[in-house]
Amino acid sequence: MTIAINKRIYHGRKRANGVFLTLSTLAAGFGLVWLALILYSLFYNGFSGLSLKVFTEMTPPPGQDGGLANAIFGSVVMSLLAVFAGTPIGIMAGTYLAEYGRYSWLSDTVRFINDILLSAPSILIGLFIYVIVVATTHTFSGWAGAAALTVIVIPVVVRTTENMLLLVPNGLREAAAAMGAPRATVIQSVTWRAARAGMVTGVLLAIARISGETAPLLLTVLSNQFWSTHLGGPIASLPVMIFNFAMSPYEDWHKLAWAGALLITIAVLTLSIIARILESSRKN
Amino acid sequence: MADVAYESNPMTVSDTKIAAVKRSGAGDTRFRALTVAAAAIVVLLFLGMMAALTEGAWLSIRTFGASFLTSQKWNPVTEQFGALAAVYGTVVTSVLAMLLAVPVGIGIAIFLTEICPRTLRRPIGIAIELLAGIPSIVYGIWGLFVFAPYFQEHVQPWLVDAVADIPVLGTIFEGPPYGIGVFTASFILSIMILPFISAVTRDVFETVPATLKESAYALGCTTSEVVGSVVLPFSRAGVVGGAMLALGRALGETMAVTFVIGNSHRIHASLFAPGTTISATVANEFTEAVGDIYHSSLIEAGLILFFISFVVLAAAQIMLRILHKRAGGVAA
Repeated sequence: MTIAINKRIYHGRKRANGVFLTLSTLAAGFGLVWLALILYSLFYNGFSGLSLKVFTEMTPPPGQDGGLANAIFGSVVMSLLAVFAGTPIGIMAGTYLAEYGRYSWLSDTVRFINDILLSAPSILIGLFIYVIVVATTHTFSGWAGAAALTVIVIPVVVRTTENMLLLVPNGLREAAAAMGAPRATVIQSVTWRAARAGMVTGVLLAIARISGETAPLLLTVLSNQFWSTHLGGPIASLPVMIFNFAMSPYEDWHKLAWAGALLITIAVLTLSIIARILESSRKN
Repeated sequence: MADVAYESNPMTVSDTKIAAVKRSGAGDTRFRALTVAAAAIVVLLFLGMMAALTEGAWLSIRTFGASFLTSQKWNPVTEQFGALAAVYGTVVTSVLAMLLAVPVGIGIAIFLTEICPRTLRRPIGIAIELLAGIPSIVYGIWGLFVFAPYFQEHVQPWLVDAVADIPVLGTIFEGPPYGIGVFTASFILSIMILPFISAVTRDVFETVPATLKESAYALGCTTSEVVGSVVLPFSRAGVVGGAMLALGRALGETMAVTFVIGNSHRIHASLFAPGTTISATVANEFTEAVGDIYHSSLIEAGLILFFISFVVLAAAQIMLRILHKRAGGVAA
């Protein structure tokens, strides 16, 4: 009798487990299928829109041939400016959190706010820069776009810098200090050097993060159909171009939008893969 | 003992050496000050953002007062603005997206940590992490060009007919099949946050000490019992924190939504009707807005989004911190 009951419980538990495992596997399958579908559409449509012209010609008026050269240029310039402006600030702030103020109240506040900035809606950063830059200078500009992207770069670099510096063993710091090196020297020539690969990873991730940002640029730079190197005025950028072209009713613009989306995705994936390789080489 | 050595052999330090030590001391102070300044910049950015948005929204706050939050009238011609429809759309699309993405995301994480063959774990895990980094505009144009047309033609008409006579469902899924609308936006949003939720949840599951799981297995627990009674209770704070981070993303997401929501400032009972969110409204209308009050109203909508996402993200941080403390405690 008791054996029979136990068997029932046993089979019940086994069945429950079977249902649970099936549901989890189905969930995984369901999610992965959608993600695969998106990647498939992106690569299929993107590659059919991709040609050499995409890199050499300007964005066309509807109905004509053209490329994305001006948009690619604008994106690269603004991203580089943002990285050059944001990286030093991010690294210094991350250094403060990990080296000087590991347990101070200021660090707790900075950490908390930094993590919020890290996931804050990027369109709000666009509005912020609009109010303080565009509205005061009375013009949409490449500078304003670079400023908006800088605000996005800083928290990413702060987070990775702090995490990477915390991984450096304290023995290294103590050894350097015991040799009489001032703290600034310890940090610059010992801990930074030990954490270099990780900090580079952070910068790469920051570039990946900003290369697809659309909303902040939409509100600060607008766009430009023509080749422009004038950062004081509106210039073209890939994400905004994709947005405008996709919203338009023209078939050839749609094709260019797909090609642009593919370019951004490839750039982001390449950067993340390099970052990953750097990180795993550090671990080994 | 050492004292004796020093006394008998007093140190003579040259002036240049003293100067060098002083210099490096000054450099030390300067360097420290620089790092403090950089840390302060992070705080200032946040405060500046709040101040700038409030300043930009001030005209609208003064003009419309509380009615900005209760009115769904959005009329640029008569300059009457109320953000209720946008706030409603923001909340509804995010909640719907979470309803789909959280169970599926946790399912993926369970699959990756407990079920998946070991050789496939790393590749699938890496693929999901990479997908979490794909810019949202890619999801947006996929929704606009691929999902919405297919949905409009093959799924929506059939679904509307099928549930027409069922009381509540009939109202939720009614109306002409546009393809775009609140439902489509929520769906795209959920696919977009899915890799993010899976990646965070998987990381959180991996903080569960292996010995805890192994002891449960050794007692004869099935996988479902281990997950239900050991993994989830241990990592609850982290899972909730990760889900709230994803909610924070969904609330402020612009590009995945703007393409497919239809930009209509009306609250409909039907999810197939076009709607709008705060971020979609700002992205669609800001650069074309004419007049101070129109701009100011859009910025006030942004300020509302700022507060909503601040509360959600702050809660997420607190949850994740609880998890880290607990994980640290067990490890030590």
